[in-house]
Amino acid sequence: MADGAKPRVKAPKSASAGEVVTIKTLISHKMESGQRKNKDGSVIPRSIINRFTCEFNGTSVIDVKMEPAISTNPYFEFEAKIPESGDLKFTWYDDDGSVYEDVKTVQVG
Amino acid sequence: MNFKALTAIAALMVAAPALTFADPDNDTLTINGEEMVTKAPLPAHLEDSMLTEIMSGWHFRNDDTQAMQMDDFDNPGMLAVEDAAAAWDTVEGTAGKSCASCHENVEDSMKGVRAVYPKWNEKAGEVRTLAMQINNCRTENMGAEPYKYDSGPMAAMEALITVQSRGMPVDVAIDGPVADTWEKGKEIYYTRFGQLELSCASCHEQNYGNMIRADHLSQGQINGFPTYRLKNAKLNTVHGRFKGCVRDTRAETFSPGSPEFVALELYVASRGNGLSVEGPSVRN
Repeated sequence: MADGAKPRVKAPKSASAGEVVTIKTLISHKMESGQRKNKDGSVIPRSIINRFTCEFNGTSVIDVKMEPAISTNPYFEFEAKIPESGDLKFTWYDDDGSVYEDVKTVQVG
Repeated sequence: MNFKALTAIAALMVAAPALTFADPDNDTLTINGEEMVTKAPLPAHLEDSMLTEIMSGWHFRNDDTQAMQMDDFDNPGMLAVEDAAAAWDTVEGTAGKSCASCHENVEDSMKGVRAVYPKWNEKAGEVRTLAMQINNCRTENMGAEPYKYDSGPMAAMEALITVQSRGMPVDVAIDGPVADTWEKGKEIYYTRFGQLELSCASCHEQNYGNMIRADHLSQGQINGFPTYRLKNAKLNTVHGRFKGCVRDTRAETFSPGSPEFVALELYVASRGNGLSVEGPSVRN
């Protein structure tokens, strides 16, 4: 697990059926590109979040592949249509194999 | 769309940059729904200056940058605040204490603190900035190593303390025991430095609102510090910013934490008396 990786999600707790809601996500992560060198001249190994997904009740909402040029603390803001009550599941995949997860429940009604 | 409409649009496109670039905007800054004072009448000591009102640097940034500051989730500076909140509760040093050991809950104990700093410390007989006070606490009360004056942990701790005063008006004292330091700060503000022979006032009083190459000059207010800058993707301290500014005049700079910068911080802070504490703000 990379140092200080911590996921954060801002999603509404309730919505009306079929409403399009805005979801904001951020994970604190250093996103080391693998291009930089340290003081000794040796390459600092690449360490990035390479994939981010969001699912709603098992249905894919968004699936993002990330590359080394993405800045530190990747932030995604997107919209999702909420047809029914359920769970938004967010997953971040780290280069080192760690997986970070967060779940937000949205109530319809 | 007819030809006339196209011409009108073309005319607008030519005119618009001139309008938007010449002056700061008139938007309203709300943070998490709370309205901030970003324009205020001149403090009494600025009546003879060239300013007509004081203005937060927020007005000089573009809409995207402005929006980042309006919601804490979007403000990258708040990540540092979270780090500092953890540091607040962490025991360090020989005395076995954390910040919380004495000051308990940061929300209550640090409310209003940022708004009045730098201020006179009676016991030490000196003007102290927030950073000096933090380090004094660390070395004297905790027996811990001081933070480097303009380092990341220091900026983060300042941000944590600052955010407790957000929305309160800046209100630093300029008379009494601090008067000498304030005068010294004022002298530095109006003194030209470097090969380019620029004073703070050359840009931030006489030319705010104008472009200096690609930068939109603000009034150089520090009510939004510590500031998250998009250019270096971290929180920046007041003294770090001063250093950058003086360097850009092609001068040898004073050091962060030096008596000169402490005096300048007091003076510049007093130029923003009446604006809301905004920190940690987002700028480019």
